[in-house]
Amino acid sequence: MRADLLSEPIAGLDEALAAVDGFDQALVAGLLRPQPAQAAGLTELAHAVAGTPLAARVAEAAEKTAAGAASEDHFIALAAARTALLGSVHDALVSRLDEAFGRTRSEETAPQAAERQAANLLVAARSWLSDLARSGWQGIDHDVISGSAQVVSAMLPDPALRRLATLLDGFAAELAASCPGTSLERVPVRRWGDLWSRAMLLTLPGAAEEPATGTATGRLLPLGVDLQEHATAVQAQVHAVFEPVGGAVSRVVRASVSVPKPDTVVGAGLWQLLRPHMSLLAALGEGRSMDLVGMPVTAEGDLVWSDEQARPGEPADAFATARVALPTATDAVTAPLDRHPARIAVPVFLEGYVAQTDDDALSFAVAGHPLIVDTDRIPSAGPLTPEAVAASGACIGLLRWDAGTYRVQPLAVETTVRKKAVAIHAGGWAGGTTDKAGVKAEKAATDAVAVLRERAGRLLRK
Amino acid sequence: MSDWERSSTERVIAPARPRKLAKVPFVELADGRLQGVVSSGSDIERVYVSSVLVGTYAFACSTNNNRPCGGARGSFCNHIRALISEAVLQYGAERVARYLRVETVDGEPSAQTIADVMSNTRPSQGDTKAAAPVFSRFLRHLAYLELAPSTAPLPEMQWFPPTRGVA
Repeated sequence: MRADLLSEPIAGLDEALAAVDGFDQALVAGLLRPQPAQAAGLTELAHAVAGTPLAARVAEAAEKTAAGAASEDHFIALAAARTALLGSVHDALVSRLDEAFGRTRSEETAPQAAERQAANLLVAARSWLSDLARSGWQGIDHDVISGSAQVVSAMLPDPALRRLATLLDGFAAELAASCPGTSLERVPVRRWGDLWSRAMLLTLPGAAEEPATGTATGRLLPLGVDLQEHATAVQAQVHAVFEPVGGAVSRVVRASVSVPKPDTVVGAGLWQLLRPHMSLLAALGEGRSMDLVGMPVTAEGDLVWSDEQARPGEPADAFATARVALPTATDAVTAPLDRHPARIAVPVFLEGYVAQTDDDALSFAVAGHPLIVDTDRIPSAGPLTPEAVAASGACIGLLRWDAGTYRVQPLAVETTVRKKAVAIHAGGWAGGTTDKAGVKAEKAATDAVAVLRERAGRLLRK
Repeated sequence: MSDWERSSTERVIAPARPRKLAKVPFVELADGRLQGVVSSGSDIERVYVSSVLVGTYAFACSTNNNRPCGGARGSFCNHIRALISEAVLQYGAERVARYLRVETVDGEPSAQTIADVMSNTRPSQGDTKAAAPVFSRFLRHLAYLELAPSTAPLPEMQWFPPTRGVA
């Protein structure tokens, strides 16, 4: 691994992000009647995509918006321009990563989604997002935010709208907790710009479709699990190496399971909600491989999991997989709309580093170059702790990038406990646990869900 | 811009702290109120819908069938006190105090001091108009348990990492 490459500047990156920032600042004040400074941000965004097929539409959108005369289509064009710029940032960051880790990436391209009829709910979501953009982050109040609740409730049960619904639900909760905007001390400028633009593009019919393009038959060797959550949703993504039968080149793949949840289901309760719907979580907990037969897979390397297509296989040590199978496996491409720095999560294996703690921040010095360790992403309902990571000698992690720097999110580490070498996994409790603290957390979570189900049984549908 | 402003994945709200839900199955800081639902101690079919307004602390408590709560005459009833205690468990005393605009004089706020400060201002009894929307928000909250899981990837969740911090 060439750690030096990760800290070297990337040509054009700062300029692209500056154009994004200009637009994001305009969203802070709102697009109803932009002031000269905001109008300049819009123009800068248009200039940044001047050499692309978006040029004419974005130039018109920037002009109309600066004049306070924007339509929803103009907002879509601006969101598209911002997304395209961050797409280019994503591509540059990923190719640098591939160079640093000597990885190969598939050339397969994701298929274009078919055009669809605009659903009423998508139109309603776009209208809410447009109101939001007009008020700006400083102008949000409970009236503006509550407009999303009905749209989200209506969308959530429809699997085709689940992506947008889940995004809007998490976004609206943050906005509601930040009301009124006039008294906000600081604004998560890039983040809300991201969430707004992404939601805006997902209101385009067909944008959220990523169809399976093939099937996977062979052996699946899990590396670790990444948990993601907001107040009312949770997703677990298992990262793994897939070895097809017949000896074709192995691939890096993911398997995901997600579910909406009440905000009071937290910690071990998240695993309890997910566990029954993906046998892979149990296999991961037991350190087993799985044998797949005809499992649907997308061009992005996402297995669309079905328990019928999988059965438990031989024991498989994640560290052996990371040392032996991962280096020769091909990484998948990212779907065009998903190209964004926040989406980067490349499984890597690190060893021979020196762990350093500086102002509470942990980093691994790899060949003298410090790599930030994102210990905050280690789920609290699991056996892995920041202390164990700091004392580790080898690490399976996800290479990510945020706020200007690469960082590694630990999925598992090898460390020494009472003079014995052990592997500790962030998702160690995914399939269940006999650990004392874990059992207690599981019990509390079971009780919480039981109370809610009892209340729901009595009060819903009356 | 600071690193926080340049971050795509910073957690803006901390996750709820785990708490026992039997007594107060639902509490939220929303719509300009601390509001929620408190289970009746005597009748398993009955729940109380309770709320306290931000700033003026005007309070209301009634059953889900819109019968007024006998305890909430002139001052906070036990349901409202339970609601405040559970809100502090779920969100942390500091966030609850800040949200309600309660300034505690000495030291860290607690459920007790927050309730006392509000109650000492002799807040007025609000009408129970809010009960219906609060109850429907509770039902919406419960309905999340009925939604089907999915194994189709949800790339948007990349923006919502877990955090070891709690409210």
